Amino acid sequence: MSLAFSDAAMRRFEKIVSRYPNKQAALLPVLHLAQEEFGYVPPEAMEYVGALLGVPPIKVQHVATFYTMYNLKPVGRFHVQVCTNIACYLTGGPEIFAHLKRKLGVENKGTTADGVFTLEEVECLAACGNAPAIQVNDKHDHEWPIVYHEDQTVAKVDALIADLRKKASASP
Amino acid sequence: MKNLDVKILTKHLDDPELHTLAAYERHGGYGALRKALKGGMTPEKIHEEVKASNLRGRGGAGFPTGIKWGFLPKQTEKPVYLVINADEGEPGTFKDRLIMERNPHSLIEGCILSCFALKANHCFIYIRGELFKAIKRIEQAIEEARAKGYVGPNVLGTGFRCEIVAHPGAGAYICGEEMALIESLEGKPGQPRNKPPFPAHVGLFGCPTIVNNVETIAYVPWIVENGGQAYSDLGSDRNGGLKIWGVSGSVKRPGLWELPMGIPMRYLIEECAGGMKDGKVMKGVIPGGSSCPPMLAREIDVALDIESIKKAGSMLGTGCVTVFEEGICTVRLAQRIAHFYEHESCGQCTPCREGTGWLYRNVKRLEHGDALEGGLGLLESICNRILGNTICALGDAAAMPIQGFIQRFGDEWAAHLGAGRCPIQG
Repeated sequence: MSLAFSDAAMRRFEKIVSRYPNKQAALLPVLHLAQEEFGYVPPEAMEYVGALLGVPPIKVQHVATFYTMYNLKPVGRFHVQVCTNIACYLTGGPEIFAHLKRKLGVENKGTTADGVFTLEEVECLAACGNAPAIQVNDKHDHEWPIVYHEDQTVAKVDALIADLRKKASASP
Repeated sequence: MKNLDVKILTKHLDDPELHTLAAYERHGGYGALRKALKGGMTPEKIHEEVKASNLRGRGGAGFPTGIKWGFLPKQTEKPVYLVINADEGEPGTFKDRLIMERNPHSLIEGCILSCFALKANHCFIYIRGELFKAIKRIEQAIEEARAKGYVGPNVLGTGFRCEIVAHPGAGAYICGEEMALIESLEGKPGQPRNKPPFPAHVGLFGCPTIVNNVETIAYVPWIVENGGQAYSDLGSDRNGGLKIWGVSGSVKRPGLWELPMGIPMRYLIEECAGGMKDGKVMKGVIPGGSSCPPMLAREIDVALDIESIKKAGSMLGTGCVTVFEEGICTVRLAQRIAHFYEHESCGQCTPCREGTGWLYRNVKRLEHGDALEGGLGLLESICNRILGNTICALGDAAAMPIQGFIQRFGDEWAAHLGAGRCPIQG
């Protein structure tokens, strides 16, 4: 598989690189861009990004595997990330996570058979004042790919999932 | 008690457009920048005011900002960098997000003034990757400030150059540690460097670097405009000014409040957050993020300043308090915390990489009433083998809460030994 940025992504790439005194410093934002472009960060993307930045692929791999936001395997359209750390732990986060596991029929980091949802338990999202919180990444939304949903309850989460399902069937 | 009605960063939060430059200026924003750069304030004068303000780092360590700034070499051929730590990830903490999403120009104005004071021309704001809205708001604020000539090659026509870049992290708690953050900004895994050399001498790209928290720098414009002494007077002894405090967990009204340093924790929990919700009874609190040893409900009359809370056996941390109720098993809560540190250890130092895993597994066994021989002594022994034996403070941050839980809730922890199940929550 050979990967390459679209023209639009290449323009964004150039803009990112121009902000740093050396190319390697742009690696984190460029890996975010690669994930947005390719849906996840496979080894081919690491090689491609490494070649663009003049960074050896092994170093790109070291970075891509160190940080949790880079998906090394394909994820569903919606990456639903449920916080269960202290404030969410005390306000129903674990119950929501357990509910979603049952509802979606997946385990932690599992993807539904239709490829619409990946579910993951995550660490503190800095939303403790409006706990419990859920972060949803939409692979198809390049304008606003990450949205927080706060003050969640099991009922609100059911409505959220229904809403996302509708979105997925309207614009697959 | 101090005047509780004075507000700085949250004064105009009722303006839904505060994140825009127009609204920020309508409320007097960028007045400090004009005063400093057009009014002939020297970098040294700004540094003096920050020293006089008794402003202390709002990221958790509480180091005096003016003194930190003084660590830069007096003469250097290399560029000086200001780096803003916006990697807010300490569990229980949610205050910098408010500043970045709702009042981003206060941070940008603070960055420009601080760069001027430090004779730096470049500032990087390292923002947690998950905080997409904060990143967008900060990027937008930088662009607006650039269009107005506040940021760029010639700030307000004075010849002072100030470039600010918002840099997204990618999910790693360790990058809140300043040396890990610097490594991460250089495009590497966030693994802390040994100190010394300290970043003030060898920091970002090998250059002199000052790393400050978002909230710390956002207070700089007010200090420049009103004077360091005036800021200091708002707070308590050696703890200058106001701070954004948070309360989360089992309270009626979780949220954030800007109040003087030194207010009693009880005031924050009972008056601001409305006390416990649903008739629950407070069992304890985690004072300033999960690294801080917990405190008992009867200890919350402590004043929220760095020295008082240290004397009481915990830490001020980030000033965001997590409240938990009777009925919550502290072993199970500690298990969740231990899991976090195991997950977030960067893997560089053996005592932390292995020790955080041992802690998690042994707290988990204890929670299931299945502790290994050695019981609580084994846990204390693991803590003691981590503490002080690692490059950065993550290992300490994992061990201190476990020690603290055993110290404060020892009977409950001992009741789990050989119980075959959790005696509190089943």
